[in-house]
Amino acid sequence: MAGTKNNTLKLKFDTARDYAPAPESKSAATIQPRYDLFINGKFEKPLSKKYFATINPATEEKLSEVADANAADVDRAVVAARQAYNKTWKNMPAKERGKYIFRIARIMQERARELAVIETLDGGKPIRESRDFDIPTAANHFFYYAGWADKLEYAFPNRQTNPLGVAGQIIPWNFPLLMAAWKIAPALATGNTVVLKPAETTPLTALTLAEIIREADLPPGVVNIITGAGETGSALVNHKDIDKVAFTGSTEVGKIIQRAIAGTNKKATLELGGKAANIIFDDAPLDQAVEGVINGIFFNQGHVCCAGSRLYVQESVYKQVLRKLKDRLETLIVGDPMDKNTDIGAINSKQQLANIHKYLKIGQQEGAEMYQPSGVLPKKGFFCAPTIFTNVAQSSRISQEEIFGPVLTIQTFRTDDEVIEKANNSPYGLSAGVWTDKGSKIFNLTTKLRAGVVWANTYNQFDPTSPFGGYKESGYGREGGLHGLTPYVNLI
Amino acid sequence: MATKTIIKKSALKTEKQSSNGTAKRLEILKTYKIYVGGKFPRTESGRFYEAVNKNGDVLANVCLGSRKDFRDAVVAARTAFGDWSTRAAFNRGQILYRIAEMLEGRKSQFVEELMKQDSSQAEAQNEVETAIDRLIYYAGCTDKYQALFSSVNPVASSHFNFSVPEPTGVVAVIATQNSSLLGLVSMIAPAIAGGNTVVVLASYQKPLCAITFAEVLNSSDVPGGVVNILTGKPAELAIYFADHMDVNAIIYGEADTATKKMIQEKASLNMKRVVWYDGMDWTSPAGQSPYLIMNTQEIKTTWHPIENIGGAKAGY
Repeated sequence: MAGTKNNTLKLKFDTARDYAPAPESKSAATIQPRYDLFINGKFEKPLSKKYFATINPATEEKLSEVADANAADVDRAVVAARQAYNKTWKNMPAKERGKYIFRIARIMQERARELAVIETLDGGKPIRESRDFDIPTAANHFFYYAGWADKLEYAFPNRQTNPLGVAGQIIPWNFPLLMAAWKIAPALATGNTVVLKPAETTPLTALTLAEIIREADLPPGVVNIITGAGETGSALVNHKDIDKVAFTGSTEVGKIIQRAIAGTNKKATLELGGKAANIIFDDAPLDQAVEGVINGIFFNQGHVCCAGSRLYVQESVYKQVLRKLKDRLETLIVGDPMDKNTDIGAINSKQQLANIHKYLKIGQQEGAEMYQPSGVLPKKGFFCAPTIFTNVAQSSRISQEEIFGPVLTIQTFRTDDEVIEKANNSPYGLSAGVWTDKGSKIFNLTTKLRAGVVWANTYNQFDPTSPFGGYKESGYGREGGLHGLTPYVNLI
Repeated sequence: MATKTIIKKSALKTEKQSSNGTAKRLEILKTYKIYVGGKFPRTESGRFYEAVNKNGDVLANVCLGSRKDFRDAVVAARTAFGDWSTRAAFNRGQILYRIAEMLEGRKSQFVEELMKQDSSQAEAQNEVETAIDRLIYYAGCTDKYQALFSSVNPVASSHFNFSVPEPTGVVAVIATQNSSLLGLVSMIAPAIAGGNTVVVLASYQKPLCAITFAEVLNSSDVPGGVVNILTGKPAELAIYFADHMDVNAIIYGEADTATKKMIQEKASLNMKRVVWYDGMDWTSPAGQSPYLIMNTQEIKTTWHPIENIGGAKAGY
């Protein structure tokens, strides 16, 4: 049998997407028609008297409306957090603090299915991901940091810790509940109080978390959750009485925040954008690597700051990898996020879809070749086919700028040094991936790639015990693990 | 006024010569130049200023460093980073120890310079000795802070996962103004112990020890470009230290609030890490610590799968 001919065989995928629908039931979740601001342990009407709608990006239908907090509302929340800090939280025995956080984790686990459904309805991510990844990981994050509360003296050798005070926290729309957990859990464990603002397109799981926090009987004001858009966030960052800003989002906004807090004593943790290199060497197990690349860029529609959006393939296996990738693309199911068969759900918002389309156009104008599989996209809602670009230059905008969508660029390389140079040639440094069977090569790469998280022969793995955060313009500070405590304490 | 003091200095220097009529040996005065990429160039700007002590004595004509000098120094520091950051921790420790040895050997020269710059003999002696001991402290720290601040993370999935500190990169340092040697050494040592390369702006008022310290570095097997030392005006150069796009972190040793605000604003251009050492008493125990090394470190987390072999449930 002539092996070369086999390689040119075109696989048929006519029935690859023919699965019977397996939709998750919406009845698992109760969504209120309207949500107020969670301040001082109660849901309070906004002083702004304004509300805005949050929609399901897969159907464009309105799910609910949430309060639009203005500067006066932000002030109320910060005042509540400050009072809670002074009166109850900072003096509470650490052991008791920890027990409250454990409680939150437990109730999240109990209400996991509800949270998963709300997450998928509000944000557009596949139910499989919110059910199996977002919600359990968020609950586990609280569980993990709860245990740190009364062990901080072991975390920092030869030092004692003091909390910072009130933390203003702003989170993005890609992992709404998980990001809330990443922010709130370490802040509470170290004795800080919190004002959290979820993203304007995905406020609902954070507001459900507010209900959970109330259910856990956390002292009023220790966690305040206020909704709004950029202006609300800006009012929070600029509020005189916060001691700490924790932000996850774009590098552009991260820079604005760093400028805004200049000249103040506010501390900051910034977890920003990325443009991660995912590198396949010719000795890698190619099927596993291709699966890792798919997971690396199409997980959560590519709305992942650490997405492996730049693929580098060693020249000798380029054709093989490209064929396998294209074949795998054919089998990805794009569609209803509530369907348990769906691989790629809805793009989070109309605005983000427009942004992705802008980059698809730029890529083609720059001379790269665009490839999309043959499937049909749903007519309603915001959807984008998984896309790969070949013939991409290192200087192309699509290989330099973060797209935050299901778009992969592919380049080739010959030597280790060449690919290290190319991978590091980015202002970002959040994450990277390496695929090779050779251990010494893995460590050569993982030590030379300038990125905060490096996955070798795997990709997009997360765990509460594992620190996450970037080098260079991907921000600073770590979230998760022992190192995730540092940004919330003063050492004395 | 400046001319007068120069005359005063020359008078001082020629006094010995003429005291007993016979021509004594004429002292060779040192030219204080900047230190970039392991070499001692003059500032490309050709500018200078007079370092003056409290008595008004002109101690030297010192390079008034420029933006271009800084940019050259950053290129040198970036070039040196790859080699220095991948040196064995042991080797970096040996080199830091060597710096201390060289400084010890030239102790009297530094004491003399400090005394010229208004220190009493006791103060000068103490400052030099503390600086030497500080280098020894960090020489013994280069292969230990990793163990203190690393972690193996027990993730719930079948992966081996660990986090280790790595150097941030090129670090720009605006040194403490009121210290000629100890502040400078205390800010350089933890940064290079951790594998970073640095560009330092020395104290404007007390620049002499910084350049003499560069000579010590130059004879201590510190590769060229790992430490670059400029002299000049902080008020003029701070902005370039803060806004250069190939600098990864900036350390500021003073407390000026307007400058701090400017530094943080400019640092946001490329997300520089900003470290303040205002109010730091370098003679106090807080003046040295593995935590100071961590101020210019990043934490890298590495994941790798662990194979689960089917059926291999047997114990030992």
